[in-house]
Amino acid sequence: MKISKDTVNHVANLARLELIEEEKERFILDMEKIISYFDKLSNLDTSEIKPTEHVIPITNVFRDDKVCNSYDREMMLMNAPSKEKGCFKVPKIME
Amino acid sequence: MEIHKLTVREMRGLIKDKKVSAVELTQAMFDRIAEIDWKINSYITLLKDEALMRAREVQERIDKGKAKSALSAVPMAVKDNICTRGIKTTCASKMLENFVPPYDATVVKKLYLEDSVLLGKLNMDEFAMGSSTENSYLKITRNPWDLERVSGGSSGGDAAAVAAGLTGFALGSDTGGSIRQSAAFCGVVGIKPTYGAVSRFGLVAFASSLDQIGAVARDVTDCALVLNTITGYDSMDSTSAKVEYPDYTGALINDVRGIKVGIPKEYIGQGTNPEVKKAVLDAVEILRRLGAECEEFSLPMTEYAIPAYYIISSAEASSNFARYDGIRYGYRAENYSNLLDLYKKTRSEGFGTEVKRRIILGTYFLSEGYYDAYYKKALKVRTLIRKDFDDAFKKYDVVLGPTTPTTAFKIGEKRDNPLKMYLGDTYTVSANIAGLPALSIPCGFDSNNLPIGLQLIGRHFDEKTLLRVSYAFEQNTGFHKIKTGVRA
Repeated sequence: MKISKDTVNHVANLARLELIEEEKERFILDMEKIISYFDKLSNLDTSEIKPTEHVIPITNVFRDDKVCNSYDREMMLMNAPSKEKGCFKVPKIME
Repeated sequence: MEIHKLTVREMRGLIKDKKVSAVELTQAMFDRIAEIDWKINSYITLLKDEALMRAREVQERIDKGKAKSALSAVPMAVKDNICTRGIKTTCASKMLENFVPPYDATVVKKLYLEDSVLLGKLNMDEFAMGSSTENSYLKITRNPWDLERVSGGSSGGDAAAVAAGLTGFALGSDTGGSIRQSAAFCGVVGIKPTYGAVSRFGLVAFASSLDQIGAVARDVTDCALVLNTITGYDSMDSTSAKVEYPDYTGALINDVRGIKVGIPKEYIGQGTNPEVKKAVLDAVEILRRLGAECEEFSLPMTEYAIPAYYIISSAEASSNFARYDGIRYGYRAENYSNLLDLYKKTRSEGFGTEVKRRIILGTYFLSEGYYDAYYKKALKVRTLIRKDFDDAFKKYDVVLGPTTPTTAFKIGEKRDNPLKMYLGDTYTVSANIAGLPALSIPCGFDSNNLPIGLQLIGRHFDEKTLLRVSYAFEQNTGFHKIKTGVRA
């Protein structure tokens, strides 16, 4: 299973990661080995099998629509790398 | 008195009989940590002043006739991916190096209510991704049985600290075997409860359908005591199971007559080291002599467990880790030109190699063109693995085998071969995939005097049978009593 540099670049971009060239070479080699091994799943006939997402049967776990559990704003902002006027500060999004 | 060799139950006995105070016990633990942990590196954060203050408070409550629970005044340590309010929780990553959670995980709250004393936070593989604790951003935790070897992962700090007597018990997390494999490598007991039995609120998420918090301790009884506290429904975790949770100490019966034990052929074949295989088969003989009905059978999906596990866990991780964007908490890159650049630089600088590898793999498996062949396929294989075990549990009460194919390997040995590292998880991942409870107990040593772990997997919410069989095995062998010789 060959993986192209374009594929790695594309996937890294989707994951909001950037790899340096040396890292990329190494990653490609590792990924090819790993994914080739994982390809053995294609030996299994799963055409009639339903996928399992949850191991315990749970659906629509909701709580009552009541106000509770409010955390202190200052406490929530304590770990923020950048903040102003009680908000998280972010770089400009729109030009 | 070698206080650090005592079990939780023994420590409680001394406290109740007023032979030792909570403060003396806590101080003794820190003395031992100061003496030994520079060799092992199990702790990331130590909380000496806080712990002594807490111990004084607990002793006051004890003197007033309160604080009488099974874990009162018992020293504990917590893996550094479990949130502790006001105390750094780093996940052994640069990304969260200075992160201080504003809340406690549910399990931490519960243990505080039992008056346990928190000694500190334990080292791990970065974000729980790894099987050796070599992926920690901060330090490598060494195996107390042989300091040139790994302590296992990702709960390496847990297992090493319990084995070396640096805590009473520890809380860890297990996504693909992280508690059990480290416990096996370090010769202690580690349990991963049924998925849904322990709240994940406050556990930094790796793979949400696989993660579970569990316990590491020096014997089965101690594990049962911790389970009693940490299990239970929690409304803060939408995957928490609303079932009856028993008193697990009721399972500590030295009687396995009539219990049906199945040993998968695939777990004791060529992939397993011969000394490990012998120890497991010897364990089977002991159980047979004690009256259990043991036989070999086939778990044909075994060879597909690793691919299914790594596809599902990497995909879930790539999704969970999107939150690390340098905005609300965690590391933020210093130089960036725009928002996209901020994200990329923050994440590329903040994450270690293995984390990046898994995120990229996971993103690949979920991306257009590959989603069906990998992620959806893996979820279907998950159904088949689940069915494999459902069929097994029609005939057997316990599925038994080695926890790992080998004993602890040398530091650096598997560093350059990620696939080889992944394959070491072959026997542990299936329990996470199927959501089943599983534990590892010591069952012998190899010719290098390294511990060998025996793994038991049970039906959903049947931790009691696992505890019962392990307890009987323990009482009739005594491997758990053999301690490491780590000296100052």
